Amino acid sequence: MKISFILNGNDTCIDVAPDKRVIDVLREDLGLTGTKEACGSGECGACTVLSDGETRLSCLMVAAQLQGKNLVTIEGIGSENALHPIQEAFIEHGAVQCGFCTPGMVLSTLALLKTNPSPSREEIREGISGNLCRCTGYQKIVDAISAAAVRMGGQDK
Amino acid sequence: MRNVFIPETQKDLFDIIADKPEAFLFAGGTDLFVKLRSGLVDAADLVSLERINDLKGVEDNGDEVFIGACTTHSALLADSVIKKHFPVLVKSLMVLGSPQIRNMGTIGGNIITASPAGDALPPLYLLGAEVELKKKYSSRLVSIKDFIKGPGETDLAPGEVLTGVRLRKYPEYNLHHYEKVGQRNSLAISIVSFAAVLNINDAGIIARARFAWGSAGPTVITCEDAEDFLAGRPLSRESLEHAAYLARKAVTPIDDVRASAEYRRQVSGNLILRIEGLLNRSE
Repeated sequence: MKISFILNGNDTCIDVAPDKRVIDVLREDLGLTGTKEACGSGECGACTVLSDGETRLSCLMVAAQLQGKNLVTIEGIGSENALHPIQEAFIEHGAVQCGFCTPGMVLSTLALLKTNPSPSREEIREGISGNLCRCTGYQKIVDAISAAAVRMGGQDK
Repeated sequence: MRNVFIPETQKDLFDIIADKPEAFLFAGGTDLFVKLRSGLVDAADLVSLERINDLKGVEDNGDEVFIGACTTHSALLADSVIKKHFPVLVKSLMVLGSPQIRNMGTIGGNIITASPAGDALPPLYLLGAEVELKKKYSSRLVSIKDFIKGPGETDLAPGEVLTGVRLRKYPEYNLHHYEKVGQRNSLAISIVSFAAVLNINDAGIIARARFAWGSAGPTVITCEDAEDFLAGRPLSRESLEHAAYLARKAVTPIDDVRASAEYRRQVSGNLILRIEGLLNRSE
């Protein structure tokens, strides 16, 4: 089935099985391995992508659902030479250990800061509550998001 | 390989259903895709409901509100009519799944899945929810308690689609409460959940109380004995203790991986006691 959508800002047309999971399309057909699969059942958030600006789980979507959508994966955030402020803050605050949850965390952060540019620590915890991290204990991630919010123009809270 | 149909109108939807009666319908997919992957269900073809616009949104019809079945939990949480009239529903949706799940999952999906742990179900029981079920040339309204038959079992007929939910406004209820007990705050399947709406008068007397529990039986549990006992009594520790005792007799929980039946029974009663502490807060 031919599917046309916008992927990280670029018009994209793929020919894949309509019932192939979006995470598999991204990783196998498009070579975008930044999106991770951990639980495969919607409980961990590692496979989070943005679809029309909203966070969604690419392990619980199939290719046909992409038709006409605007999809953003971690590869669409920042570039090798110019990281996004959220990515910079994650590095500076040690918010990355094994890194497996990081792409999903960054995308959830982006969605959070779009609707709430100056979140409190509690609001940050709620915003990333769909993303599990088994390394950091979350404190450093919350620190990083707090710093990123300020850097992106929000108020310090 | 399965076909995936994504109709944009109800007419197209019913044509597809007529043509492919074996196809599975899904809205958010947060339940179906987990079951497909684990082999719990096998679907021939799939039909997504997510692009049928007239299955989405909230309509304020005076004494009643109609919610399109494919309205996502996030959309409901952002809706001013829902926030104003149904705080108990809002409180349940705030702890449903995770932000991502709430962006995908829908109110209709929560009902059709008919999980004993469905977070939105206890509030829907208290709000007199009726579900609208449509076939190509007919429709009917059924109360939610008659529609949900057991774990994963509903009264949905072949070829029928859950198209919406009708809720009654109950302006007399001045206290709305919801609490979910789980192993963590987010992404938790409830061990026990509890929804309550009460009408408490200025003298602190309970005029009317309605309670519903999730994960405390095969479907949502209600307890008229406790509700009737409290009517006309002061909202005191003593009266709530007795209502809790009656509630523990009414629930029919099971042992499972999340908790024992006995624990659930005890907690089901304890959750009533929380109401005492709510009065001093402006909820």
